Amino acid sequence: MATEAQGGDEGGLAFHPMDQFIVTPLFGDGEVGTFTITNVTLWMAIALLAIIALLVLGTSKRETVPGRVQSIAELAYGFVHKMVEDVAGKDGVKYFPYIMTLFMFIVFANFLGLIPTAFTVTSHIAVTGVLALLVFLTVTVLGFVKNGAKFLGLFWVSSAPVALRPVLAIIEIISYFVRPVSHSVRLMGNMMAGHAVMKVFAGFSQVAVIAPVSILAVTAMYGLEVLVAFIQAYVFTILTCVYLKDALHPSH
Amino acid sequence: MATETEQAVEKGAEAAGGPGMPQLDFSTFDNQIFWLLVTLILLYFVLARVALPRIAAILSERQGTITNDLTAAEDLKAKAAEAEEAYNKALADARAEAQKIVAQAKDEIKAELDEEVAKADAEIAEQVAESEKKIAEIRESAMESAKEVAKDTAKELVAAMGAEADGRTVTAAVNQRLKG
Repeated sequence: MATEAQGGDEGGLAFHPMDQFIVTPLFGDGEVGTFTITNVTLWMAIALLAIIALLVLGTSKRETVPGRVQSIAELAYGFVHKMVEDVAGKDGVKYFPYIMTLFMFIVFANFLGLIPTAFTVTSHIAVTGVLALLVFLTVTVLGFVKNGAKFLGLFWVSSAPVALRPVLAIIEIISYFVRPVSHSVRLMGNMMAGHAVMKVFAGFSQVAVIAPVSILAVTAMYGLEVLVAFIQAYVFTILTCVYLKDALHPSH
Repeated sequence: MATETEQAVEKGAEAAGGPGMPQLDFSTFDNQIFWLLVTLILLYFVLARVALPRIAAILSERQGTITNDLTAAEDLKAKAAEAEEAYNKALADARAEAQKIVAQAKDEIKAELDEEVAKADAEIAEQVAESEKKIAEIRESAMESAKEVAKDTAKELVAAMGAEADGRTVTAAVNQRLKG
């Protein structure tokens, strides 16, 4: 705050770390309606096209000895497939396309968001919230469809002393319903915080004296954010697998 | 914090007066959710219908190729082992055959040799017998001659003594003496 005031004195040092998250229409300056084509639309479309370029165009030659792009596509496939198989079990593999969709979308949105001036769709709670809610609803419905009332056994810790079980059940139920919140806020918070911090550091570079430090800091943050972009996608996906496992095998 | 909020409000005519965080500007939620669902549905169908089956096919095909190659290699290895075994067997057979031939030849030569030896032995025995017969004949004739000479000598001796020698008595005496 002090810096900002001082900056004002020096001539227009302004911080707008959150402006990068504003949803704006691509064409014109009108209101953002439900079907308005906005920067959200643009960057989701770019993510979609990039994924298609990698997974569809990259594998179009169907080479037995893969080239670079096909190798990456196969790597992504193998990575998620193995994750689903290891965490959710053999019967979880049926839901692999769904999990692959989530992973590819998040990882591409995260990485594309790191391009300067890009818009990071995964830094919005509206987006991550829907992703998490979709997982939550799917998993809950799946749990009841597959196991019936036995799915409630997930909340009844049969290995605990009888007296403790009702208490644990309440805790389990609360933690179950908190899942979509933590699931979505974790991703959104990580993406938003990293980008905002980078913007703040970038803002400091307006002052010549600290510009080298701030540029160094932005570079370091950028490296960290590249890591975070992948790790958060991985965390989101592996948690989805864990929830899926709970739905398929609710016993503790 | 206050300044940030002010800024956002200042800037945020287009953010519809958001409270500092555009993420909490609920007026854009429907837009984001709409486009997110569109993207996810498109992405899901592209992945489930095209990309993932194709990659799975590529991977299983590669696995198949590798397995086939391994099997082929295994086959070739087995064939090589078989060939080696056949070669060894042929070698052993040839060796046995050679040994057999050698033994046969040895036997033949031995048989021939034995025959020759037997023939020679027989010939020698025949010759020996003949020689013995001849010797016996010679001895017989020598004995006869000796008898004749002895008779004649005895007759002459008797005559010289002055007695009339009866031929028959002299002969008998000589014979008796030669036998004795």
